[in-house]
Amino acid sequence: MSPRLRSSELVGQLRTMIRIRRFEEALIQLSESQDVGHFHVYVGQEATGVPALALLQPGDVAYSTHRNHGHLIARGVDPARMMAEILGKATGTNKGKGGTLHLASNEHGFPTTSSSVGGPLPIAVGSGYAFRELGLDRVSVCLFGDGALEEGAWHEAINIAAVWSLPVIFLCENNSLEALGQKANEYPSSTLAAQRLTDLVRPFKVPATAIDGADVRAVHREMGRAVRRARRGAGPTFIEAWTVRWAGSRPIWPQLVTGETDVAYAWDDTAIPPDHAEWFGRQDGLLRYVRDLLAAGRVTRADVVAIDREARAEMAAAVRFALDSPYPAPEEALEDMYA
Amino acid sequence: MTATSPPAESAARQMSYAEALVLGLRRALESDDRVRLMGQYFVGLTEHRQLVADLRDDFPQRVWYPPISEIGYVGAGIGAAISGLRPIVDIATASFIFQAFSQVVNEAANVRYMTGGQTSVPAIFHVNHGIRGGGAAQHSHSPQAMIWNTPGLQIMLPSTPRDVYGLLRTALESEDPVFWADHVKLFDVTGPVMAQDWEAIPFGVADIKRAGVDVTIVATSYMVQRSLAAAELMAADGVSVEVIDPRTLVPLDLDAILASVHRTGRLVVVDECHRSCGVGSEISALVAEYAFDALKCPIRRVTALDVPIPFSPALEAFVEPSEAKICAAVRAAMGSV
Repeated sequence: MSPRLRSSELVGQLRTMIRIRRFEEALIQLSESQDVGHFHVYVGQEATGVPALALLQPGDVAYSTHRNHGHLIARGVDPARMMAEILGKATGTNKGKGGTLHLASNEHGFPTTSSSVGGPLPIAVGSGYAFRELGLDRVSVCLFGDGALEEGAWHEAINIAAVWSLPVIFLCENNSLEALGQKANEYPSSTLAAQRLTDLVRPFKVPATAIDGADVRAVHREMGRAVRRARRGAGPTFIEAWTVRWAGSRPIWPQLVTGETDVAYAWDDTAIPPDHAEWFGRQDGLLRYVRDLLAAGRVTRADVVAIDREARAEMAAAVRFALDSPYPAPEEALEDMYA
Repeated sequence: MTATSPPAESAARQMSYAEALVLGLRRALESDDRVRLMGQYFVGLTEHRQLVADLRDDFPQRVWYPPISEIGYVGAGIGAAISGLRPIVDIATASFIFQAFSQVVNEAANVRYMTGGQTSVPAIFHVNHGIRGGGAAQHSHSPQAMIWNTPGLQIMLPSTPRDVYGLLRTALESEDPVFWADHVKLFDVTGPVMAQDWEAIPFGVADIKRAGVDVTIVATSYMVQRSLAAAELMAADGVSVEVIDPRTLVPLDLDAILASVHRTGRLVVVDECHRSCGVGSEISALVAEYAFDALKCPIRRVTALDVPIPFSPALEAFVEPSEAKICAAVRAAMGSV
């Protein structure tokens, strides 16, 4: 929690986090009754993306990844149009041409979303270059996972951003903590020889920090520093946010193995399923944030329940909208090639 | 299709291709504050390179020499284009585009389509392509056929000073990415340019570089020059060759090609890409598909052979599409082998 923010902002971020959780749960539930293909969910990372992106202004851009749903909702994209896009419908954000991997909304500051790991890193640097050259007080944020740091594109992108002191924020959501799979040097990340991800940044003299991505206050503080630094022309920043991979992401295909999140878990430990006591009791950033707000007297349990009820209704409506929407006309496949 | 005639000599200035290219870049910088040059090898390491150095002296804030990071600066060019600049990104030797291929073909080419038309990438990617003499396997590529297999990229292949100057204006004004390849051997080619103006040559309009009645040659880039030389030789033998230069592959002026084939009934395609799945393959396929009945003889392709480009001059000459090979193909088409 960030004491400097007004209660309305703190509660607004809570609402966004709950909406993201309910969106992803609704999608997983939908995938149980019909084939929606593979997708990646943002469950467990809400406490990073929401406070980080809340610091951006209209005109700032963010480049996301295959795991983009939460990022877009955080900046105000309509979940109904996102769900429609995930189902390949004509009413989708990308008119059915992008799908879950490429959800984009230029008007909300997501010009294009690439599913090529590491691909957006230099593109984000280019937006920062344009903002500087055009004299605009804007910030370009590159969102990526720890795996992108294995790509050569990373090295080239951070070098250019550093050499040219560009207004770019590299926000690495390390979601490999407790993930199955490879580790190097016992560091919970993908296959990197580096001891710490921030070690990859230090030679470039770019400020680099690692924080608990489930700590909304820490995300707000470090992202706020990075945004201010970028806006005053002082150059790029690297933030590594540790996020624990949600149990439903193991193995790769998302499943609601934990069941739906009950917001009452935040104040009633006895309701938490024993199999997922660690996740719901200690790790989940969303529930941690609810507990913080309750403890600080910024919300009541009734407020949380009411926000949750609205979010569930909104996502149920989003699913209905998506299901009821038409597919694009086949010939639409030939449109949007050139201006 | 419009057959464009050369400008009146009185109003035009004779200049080299390299001069026309750099003059085009200068006009771009002068006419649009959003233009940035990202790279410095527009004319390679040839004797003309001072022209680019002069540009940097005149526009020090807008001509950027990037690190040796093709993924990085090509990607940065894409982001810069998305966010409001008009970058002209120089990848130098065309073989280096493979370092940046993910950015060019998997990012830039897809953005408009994948976003459902929300976002434009008005960037130009420039390369120096072709068999330069001694470039061997890793400095001699002509990647335009690979690029042509990627929907979403426009392809511009000038062959004269006038064309590079005018096509560049159209490229700059486009809202979509353009792949622009100059052949290294074109830089010294001279010709008339209306230098006081900067008139755009539209994309998708082929140019009849030489009119003829017996055989149609379709060629691009430096192969236009080589085909013109071959046509001159064939004229001495009494064969009238028409040389069609599409100038852009995307969009392609197929009508102009088909119309010429209908006039002559014979087609030779000259292309410096490798033979398999080259530019020549696609043009041959299109003509076979849409003008088969007009053909009096099989289509002939003159291309680089399907081996990596070798270093030794003796080997390189054997592999490349030479004037002699073009003449032989024309004779074969005339049934006079």
